[in-house]
Amino acid sequence: MKRDTAQTVRAFLVELVIYAVLVIGYFFLVLHFLGGWLYNLEQHHRYTYAGTAILLIIGQAVVLENVTSMLLRLIRGRTE
Amino acid sequence: MFFPISHSHISPLYLAIIGFLIGILGGFFGVGGSFIAGPALRAMGVDWNFAVGTDLAHIVGKSVVAAKRHRALGNVDLKLGLLMAVGTIGGAECGAQLIQILKRTGNVNFVVSIVSIAVYVSISSFMIWESRKTLRNQTGKKRTSGNKSDESAFKHVTRRIQRLRLAPMVHLPVSGVRISLWIIIIVSFIGGLFSGFLGGGAGYIRMPSMVYVLGIPTHLAVGTDLFEIIISASYGTFTHAVKGNVDILIALVMNTGAAIGAQIGAISTQYFAGPKIRLAFVPLPLIGAAIVIYTMVTGHKL
Repeated sequence: MKRDTAQTVRAFLVELVIYAVLVIGYFFLVLHFLGGWLYNLEQHHRYTYAGTAILLIIGQAVVLENVTSMLLRLIRGRTE
Repeated sequence: MFFPISHSHISPLYLAIIGFLIGILGGFFGVGGSFIAGPALRAMGVDWNFAVGTDLAHIVGKSVVAAKRHRALGNVDLKLGLLMAVGTIGGAECGAQLIQILKRTGNVNFVVSIVSIAVYVSISSFMIWESRKTLRNQTGKKRTSGNKSDESAFKHVTRRIQRLRLAPMVHLPVSGVRISLWIIIIVSFIGGLFSGFLGGGAGYIRMPSMVYVLGIPTHLAVGTDLFEIIISASYGTFTHAVKGNVDILIALVMNTGAAIGAQIGAISTQYFAGPKIRLAFVPLPLIGAAIVIYTMVTGHKL
């Protein structure tokens, strides 16, 4: 039982580190390039901005959920 | 990091950590977490209108992650979620109109504050009473259904509500409930009304209502509430974005933390029985009440 818990915690920590690296890359690359475009959209095309905002947040959530699930499967698979 | 849409400088790490904390709460309790996100954004100097709109956008992302995880665990009743979304959107519009009427009479802050304190404290008091009574009853009985067992001391009232034959009746096979469509619409309408009136997703009202009024098992109520929040918060995000109240870049950064937190929260529900989840839920509305009282006493909006 204790071994299982230790393995789960270790897998989670490894996942967190890999995830943090991916997210930092995401901040600097994607958001940097999207920032200006979204700002212009918000200023001049509000309805397009509103639709894009929803698509972006849902799309990102689906991708992030898949990434974290995949990482967890991958790391757990290797530690077991 | 500079966010040009809301003209604010905020550390992305701060946003990710706030998102992570709200993600855990959302995944575990099925709430939006606006009572934390709003003040957290305000503390960084984000204007109130942007805090409200951006929080809604972040709620959409976090709820997608948590609802997806809950769906994998079998905790989402899609049919119920879709039916409730209709009532919630209608209720949210009426709540927003009510705010406009109060604005015209000049009593908006006082009335909203008093109503919210009364609602928050009532929900917490009722849930303390019910969950403690249920847990006490359970200790005397042999448990047969493991961690997901879901008894309620309020079940006799719930059964009476379910027996009301107001056509059309709706069968919800996933939740194991047959109930009048009108009761579902009324419950979701009231949730939406409070959402429009008090702000946020109003999960603190909808989740308990689903358990006590509709008779939905707690785990399913949490998952279904999250699914329903995706629809109603998307609608709210769209209307706020059109009015220029959403900084989607902030929401996207917050959501990176929430993606992990929401999964932890959702998975954690597997290890707790329904009454224990409901008992742990009690402090959330009280935190909301404390924030409102602080605002009333000091005059500073958190």
